[in-house]
Amino acid sequence: MSESPYEIVIGLEVHVQLATQTKLFCRCSTQYGAPPNTQTCPVCLAMPGSLPVMNRTAFQLGMKTACALNLQIPNFTKWDRKNYYYPDLPKGYQISQYDLPMSQDGFLLITDPKQQFEPRKVRIIRAHLEEDAGKSMHDEAAGKADSRIDLNRTGTPLLEIVSEPDMRSPLEAKAYLTELKLILEYLGVSDCNMQEGSLRVDANVNLHLQTPEGKVATPIVEIKNMNSFRAVERAIAYEAQRQYEIWLETKQKIGDVPKQTRGWDDQAQITRGQRHKEESSDYRYFPEPDLAPVTTTDEEIAAVKAQLGELPRQIRDRLEEQYKIPAYDADVIVNQGQTTVNYYETLAKLSGDGKLASNWVQQEVLRVLKERSLEIDAFPISTERLAELVKAVAGKEIDGTRAKDVFAEMLDSGKSASEVMKEMGIEKVDDSELENLCRELLEANPKVLADLKEGTHKAVGALIGQAKKKNPNIDPGTFRQMCIDMSAKM
Amino acid sequence: MSLIHASAAQLLTQLESGEITSVELTKACLAQIDAADKQVGAFLKVMRDSALEQAESVDARRKKGEKLGRLAGVPVAIKDLLCTQGETTTCASKMLENFVPPYDATVIAKLKAADAVLIGKTNMDEFAMGGSTENSALGVTRNPWDLKCVPGGSSGGAAACLAASMAPLSIGTDTGGSIRQPASFCGVVGLKPTYGVVSRFGLIAFASSLDQIGPMARTAEDAAILLEAIAGYDPHDSTSANVKTPAYSQSVKQPLKGLRLGVVKEHFGEGLDSEVEQATREAIHVYKSLGATVSDVSLPHSKYGIAVYYIIAPSEASSNLARFDGAHYGHRTDEAAMLEQLAQERAALEAAGDEAGLAKLDTSLVRMYRQSRAEGFGPEVKRRIMLGTYTLSAGYYDAYYLKALKVRRLIRQDYDAAFKNVDLVIGPTAPTPSFAAGTKTDDPLSMYLGDLYTVTANLAGIGGISIPCGFSKSGLPIGLQLQGPPLAEERLLQAAHMFQTATDWHERRPELS
Repeated sequence: MSESPYEIVIGLEVHVQLATQTKLFCRCSTQYGAPPNTQTCPVCLAMPGSLPVMNRTAFQLGMKTACALNLQIPNFTKWDRKNYYYPDLPKGYQISQYDLPMSQDGFLLITDPKQQFEPRKVRIIRAHLEEDAGKSMHDEAAGKADSRIDLNRTGTPLLEIVSEPDMRSPLEAKAYLTELKLILEYLGVSDCNMQEGSLRVDANVNLHLQTPEGKVATPIVEIKNMNSFRAVERAIAYEAQRQYEIWLETKQKIGDVPKQTRGWDDQAQITRGQRHKEESSDYRYFPEPDLAPVTTTDEEIAAVKAQLGELPRQIRDRLEEQYKIPAYDADVIVNQGQTTVNYYETLAKLSGDGKLASNWVQQEVLRVLKERSLEIDAFPISTERLAELVKAVAGKEIDGTRAKDVFAEMLDSGKSASEVMKEMGIEKVDDSELENLCRELLEANPKVLADLKEGTHKAVGALIGQAKKKNPNIDPGTFRQMCIDMSAKM
Repeated sequence: MSLIHASAAQLLTQLESGEITSVELTKACLAQIDAADKQVGAFLKVMRDSALEQAESVDARRKKGEKLGRLAGVPVAIKDLLCTQGETTTCASKMLENFVPPYDATVIAKLKAADAVLIGKTNMDEFAMGGSTENSALGVTRNPWDLKCVPGGSSGGAAACLAASMAPLSIGTDTGGSIRQPASFCGVVGLKPTYGVVSRFGLIAFASSLDQIGPMARTAEDAAILLEAIAGYDPHDSTSANVKTPAYSQSVKQPLKGLRLGVVKEHFGEGLDSEVEQATREAIHVYKSLGATVSDVSLPHSKYGIAVYYIIAPSEASSNLARFDGAHYGHRTDEAAMLEQLAQERAALEAAGDEAGLAKLDTSLVRMYRQSRAEGFGPEVKRRIMLGTYTLSAGYYDAYYLKALKVRRLIRQDYDAAFKNVDLVIGPTAPTPSFAAGTKTDDPLSMYLGDLYTVTANLAGIGGISIPCGFSKSGLPIGLQLQGPPLAEERLLQAAHMFQTATDWHERRPELS
């Protein structure tokens, strides 16, 4: 990496919408996209007299996530009120967790198969449950300054996952988010749909600089409103450079100015200062008197842990070990999600060649899925049929290039590999036929033969094209080796 | 005895036997309201038509031999902070003057299921904050025993309507003594159950960890019948107690053999009116004559009760009342006028080049909140919101709120220790009888002391009952308070009933012209 005049220090706060059917404190649906204010009841509208009742499923999804992130789950947790005024917060307070969150002190391991950064253990301070607020829609057209409020989202269960400022580059931040999202998806605790706001990220960013007077830190800036991981990466990179320039100009250190909140403008690719929220300095937290504290036994926690299943990191390790594939391959496959892993594993087992199966999944299957915007469940070629083709390639019955033609035909015709191969006249060339072809061509090309005898192996390349013309079924690799071997004896 | 003076128990017997109809009874109550409520002002709203309809329906169903609910045909008055579907529920506040809830509180639903006749909504201190019902923004309630005097509060209307024979039963709420103190001032029975015995769902919250709904009646037996109808676990209230509701109406008449009473030493100190003290001591003698043993108990931390209460209750209130911001329901300021005013202020500041003033100028949203709340809330509510906001703020939380929570625990421990040796504790309900209206309104602290003996039960979450035990020389009722361990409502009601079998204070009625 190039020498940078500063070190970027990044902590992330991730809000995850938990995949419950109903809200955190009432039985209203959490379905996305319904007409405004149709999924509301006295509780989520904060009608006078209404009382919250906890959704146990939301708590269990929180526990599951906490276990997967190596967080400690205490036996006793409670709810608190976070008081502030905003039109989309109908109660005037948000039910959240303050001093006794449902989980704390965990970590997430991030690695980069491309080795652009060292493996890092990002500590997680806490993950706590809270309810979402509603949505304000400002219509300032025609100078009307009209605002409308949709409370459908009010009371939707969120898990807020807060990391320590342990990340040191936008790339690391992206890796953390990618791995976190993957875990949440594997656990099935959230759909992680960023467009629908199921996963929202705030980043706390500042710089550490080496100066003649020692190490200094710049004021922390919280960047809000990022709706993609790419935006997070770019916003942090932008913010780092901006802070460096400000520092050069003002020499402001942490503590000199209050923490600033900035928003990411994806169109302009810059962060902009946001107006300070009213009374944001003091939320007057206190224990929520309308909800009983939640107690959890060690047995319950153990049961949740036992039901976690394999997590992405474990699957990667296992794939490497079991199918003898490189870390990079395992990473690509696992990052596609559980269904792709299942597809790959079946293919690897049926074809008997883990590495070849991995190549086919990565290069061909994923390409087709992307081109056709398909999910792996909808991939037209079954593992059994693809395995037949991979097996043929592994057994050198067909070379890679022709196999791709077969694959393309299978994709659209729905025929099996053997059917297509038969139609295309593809069959394994037997050794004697290959030998004859080899001898014939070497004899017809004395110059090539001479080169080969001198050890210039690349000379054989000139023959492969001719060989394929005579018999399209030959395997170029085998042919090449045979020519080299034969030339030595000629 | 005429219908309006009869107990609910008697009325239920008469209704069941067909001696009277619910329509007759309801009409008698409505007639008494017409006659007396101009002077008393117990009701904010009389639900005349719906009450009569309900009475007719009960009578018709009874005629057909249908199985009816436990309170079939008996009028019940409702403190106006229980959400009642389709009926204004105001909390005696301008903020909710026109608020019509789209749902029923659990207690209302239970009363409807018991076929009670909901006769009207009673007056109260605004958002249940006060001890005299003088804080109501929507009406004045007087004490039926002396119209110059207050009925107590905050369930002043709920107590006064019973004393003035406008209804045989009523529902009150008690956050620091708001059922027991007005019961004491009006000479009726008021029970604050253990926290969680009655669901708070649909009760417009004042201080969630202290609020409890309870029955008010003229006899302990009636209170038992009403409590039985409204108590019970409610899945909509996660603080409600998941216990089986005892058959209070059955057990109330069983005398308590070997009842051990503890006289709270701290309740007989400074500030206790001598007539109240005398009446209380005589009441203790009555219990002795009924076979109870009496000993002294100490609740050493009770002296901090008022201080702790006035930290915890306003803290919770400041948060609970945040939802009244003009945005979603309730009072909103006249927006056009507000925006116009804001524009004028801005123009003036701009003309003066006052940058600092401009920077401080409200946004229209903040002005809408500020003005809606300023107009909607009365002075006592504002006072408590400010108190609570202060005690919860970052720099003061530990010194006030957290410390108050710790003392609250000590108060509960005092009770736990006392109940190891006695079954119930006994003492005065309030330090004085009722007082003349207007005499304490300028002195909130002296008003707050009216809850001196009641507030600790709310802090400890235990039950307490007030029953009439005498009268002052000027003819004002005096109340006796019994408090029990958690979930000892049966015992409280039995002890109260015992007293009422030996005395007739509860049978006296004020003379209203």
